Amino acid sequence: MAEVTLTIDNEKVSAREGQNLLQVIREQGIDLPTLCHLDGLSERGGCRLCVVEVEGSSRLAASCVTAVREDMRVTTASDRLLRYRRMLVELLFAERNHVCSVCVMNGNCELQSLATRFGVDHLRYEPLYPRLPTDASHEKYTIDHNRCVLCARCVRVCDEVEGVHTLDIMGRGVSSRIINDLNQPWRASRTCTACGKCVQVCPTGALYIKETLSAHVEKRPDLPRRIVDARKKRVWNS
Amino acid sequence: MNREELESLALGERERASRFSCRFLCCAGTPCLSAGGAAVRKALEKAVEGKNGNSSVEVMGTGCVGPCSRGPLVTVVTPGEEEHTYEKVTPQAVPEIVEAHLEKGVEAASVPSTVSRDSSFFTKQQKIVLETSERIDPERLESYVAQGGYSALARALEDMTPEEVCEELVTSGLRGRGGAGYPTGIKWKQVRGAQGERKFVVANGDEGDPGAYMDRTLMESDPHRILEGMAIAAYAVGAEQGFVYVRGEYPLAAERLGKAIRAAERQGLLGDDILGSSFSFRIRIRMGAGAFVCGEETALMASIMGRRGQPVPRPPYPAQRGLWNAPTLINNVETFGSVPPVISRGGDWYSRWGTDKSKGTKIFALAGKVCQTGLIEVPMGITLREIVFDIGGGIPGGGAFKAAQTGGPSGGCIPASHLDTPMDYESLQELGSIIGSGGLIVMDESSCMVDVARFFMEFCMDESCGKCTPCRSGTVQMVRLLEKIKGGRASAHDLEKLEELCELLKATSLCGLGQTAPNPVLSTIRHFRHEYEAHIEDRHCPAGVCSMPH
Amino acid sequence: MSSTPSGKIRLATVWLSGCSGCHMSFLDLDEQLLELNEHIQLVHGPLVDRKDFPPEVDVVLVEGAVNNEEQKEMAGILREQSRIVVALGDCAVTGNVPAMRNGLPVKNLLESVYPVEGGHEPPGLSSGSEVPRLLPAALPLHAVVPVDVFLPGCPPHARTIGSALKALLKGERVVLEQGMCRFG
Repeated sequence: MAEVTLTIDNEKVSAREGQNLLQVIREQGIDLPTLCHLDGLSERGGCRLCVVEVEGSSRLAASCVTAVREDMRVTTASDRLLRYRRMLVELLFAERNHVCSVCVMNGNCELQSLATRFGVDHLRYEPLYPRLPTDASHEKYTIDHNRCVLCARCVRVCDEVEGVHTLDIMGRGVSSRIINDLNQPWRASRTCTACGKCVQVCPTGALYIKETLSAHVEKRPDLPRRIVDARKKRVWNS
Repeated sequence: MNREELESLALGERERASRFSCRFLCCAGTPCLSAGGAAVRKALEKAVEGKNGNSSVEVMGTGCVGPCSRGPLVTVVTPGEEEHTYEKVTPQAVPEIVEAHLEKGVEAASVPSTVSRDSSFFTKQQKIVLETSERIDPERLESYVAQGGYSALARALEDMTPEEVCEELVTSGLRGRGGAGYPTGIKWKQVRGAQGERKFVVANGDEGDPGAYMDRTLMESDPHRILEGMAIAAYAVGAEQGFVYVRGEYPLAAERLGKAIRAAERQGLLGDDILGSSFSFRIRIRMGAGAFVCGEETALMASIMGRRGQPVPRPPYPAQRGLWNAPTLINNVETFGSVPPVISRGGDWYSRWGTDKSKGTKIFALAGKVCQTGLIEVPMGITLREIVFDIGGGIPGGGAFKAAQTGGPSGGCIPASHLDTPMDYESLQELGSIIGSGGLIVMDESSCMVDVARFFMEFCMDESCGKCTPCRSGTVQMVRLLEKIKGGRASAHDLEKLEELCELLKATSLCGLGQTAPNPVLSTIRHFRHEYEAHIEDRHCPAGVCSMPH
Repeated sequence: MSSTPSGKIRLATVWLSGCSGCHMSFLDLDEQLLELNEHIQLVHGPLVDRKDFPPEVDVVLVEGAVNNEEQKEMAGILREQSRIVVALGDCAVTGNVPAMRNGLPVKNLLESVYPVEGGHEPPGLSSGSEVPRLLPAALPLHAVVPVDVFLPGCPPHARTIGSALKALLKGERVVLEQGMCRFG
């Protein structure tokens, strides 16, 4: 595959044609923040945390959905970008009821650690405090919409890896919500295989295994990548 | 059908029309119908029955006339005599009108008031796309053909290569009428040049800006014009399948387009081997389900393919990979409506109108605090002053013009100090607004600009699809901040936060909806910052719209 | 920073709607408290026997969300009478657990906590009852009065509180170390 040369944060970098910017940036050891991206799943370009500056373009580019180009000049961490990322995280916190102290993912949550990383010490935006349900009807898993960031990792893993497409999103805007089938209680789903991949990829405590203790949950967000690779190579290394 | 047959069909229809001693043309656009136009038409049909032998009188529905707030409109055409267009016609007034024209003579009768065609509402307009709208029965193909319809398609197929068609569009200088203003000819060339076994042509009729109804009118008034434009485009880019995406709230437009498609297929103007050539093209209608974001081209394509109507990041652009990954040409319906005149009269002819960079004419839906509202078509580059004061007749009640909102929720406001700005893509952009799809809302001193900004922001919040964080969550916070300002509860710090969110949405949103959502806020802050400050510092709403704490 | 005749900083702490966990964390400074004592004079708080909020406070640490009218009034007073207001812990910073009731109708909430016979209204529903009126929503402190320093955490670690106080004693801006600024 053809090679392209580009500049990332003033360093000359070579990449393979067809790679997206996020892959290449991460290959440079730069820990670009993401939330909706997950290795092994299709890119969504929704959280906008991975936006970068591309010289010559007035708009920022979400690196997960931007293909590398020859002679591209990319900046990954300007003051402006850091400010925007922090704002995005604050917006996510204000959007639903993220109460870290009582969450099963306290200490392991990706949203929480993004806030810590960006130095979010309080929310400048008015919390919306929406009244949202928790569906605990399933035998093994619970979905608590109060903690959902709508990254749609669960939707994609369910569709693309497990192949059943039980989960999807209904509604729009800030009232969007993850649903099972045609918005049935989880227990009533006839398509769900109870595989639990959705739980493993959820970056927050929105999806969790029942009766797990707070702060003891470790998820397996590497699962999709491993499964997809294993299928391709027909080798399973646990 | 071949070209000769098309011509004889036109001839036959013109002859048929000339046989009538009197024709009653009833505007059958939604504004006139909602004012009672259907009952008026029924009353007319009943009144002419048995009069003058009936057969030499025709009552027909037509496309839009323009001064919509004065509907129902009825135009009476009598060969050799002056035309009369009656306004606000009621079924009760119908016998009087019929009698006047068929028996007593117009002078003798006391008929309702008429619309003067010599008024600047009409004389200042330049109708190219809507040229024949009020003469065409949108439900009869022959009626369109009689006005020269489908001759542009015939010309393209017989006399021009696809490349020449693209070239003609480039020459015309036509730019996308959906709002972005991308050069149409260039886009066609890109789709033509794109690799793909199959290609698609899509007409975007998912108009959704508050107060705007240009596309609806065009689809309702002259559906065949859009089909013809699409067919020419399909020939130019090499597509065999097209879709018209019609907003779900436009059932009449969809019905008339559906009828038009069936009629065109029956006559061999769509379908296989069009007009005896080897070119085949089919068109299907897709109805939206009420999401504004489906006007965004990637969301629109998702919707056509039966998926959730959400945008996906570009590139790839539809011209490279669109519907089912095939190269896809998407143009607004008004753009397609501009194509037949460009082909039949030539790109040079079309480019005579407009400014250096914005050629041709643009349809606007003139609404708000202006004497004469309605649908107008004007040459690009006309000043806002001419539109508001000459065409629109100024502000009712002698009020003062304050601002005009163009481009709906993606646009901005133009204050009185810029009334002499030419209406073209570049000039409006410099002012922080856009031409947009053609919504034009006039405001007088009774409008509070903070309230206006909140209205459009709330619209964007409601219509955000929810896929990307800044648009989904940022719009909610922006509405809250604007409400805080309106309620006299905000500090200068809140205004800073609002401006910072505007910046975030513009820079980081996934699609055009979120990227342009801050525009109404930014432009009102730019031109009316003192109003924001009055709300914040003095707890006072200069227009008296917002209720303040005491 | 020094404003008492003894050259000590006048420090107050306030306990609004919270579990007192932040105060416990403050006490977890253990032997550092002795060191702090050299520089501060504790003038108000649950650890001090004084009912009213004193004037001319240098630094006030506020634990808890603003949940009722009395607390809202208190927030106003402490802001007025203190130079530096510190939101201590998640409840003061975001509303945290007390804010989980936001969105529920206040009347239902009070009725389930204070069962009242015979159709009487529960205490706390309106002003003037023996229980302070509950606000429609539990608010973070900065939604009520301007806040100078935020120390998130449930509770904030003693080290976090210690390092913030140290900076404030020196009259420096509080900059939390990476990782110290954490919700939950």
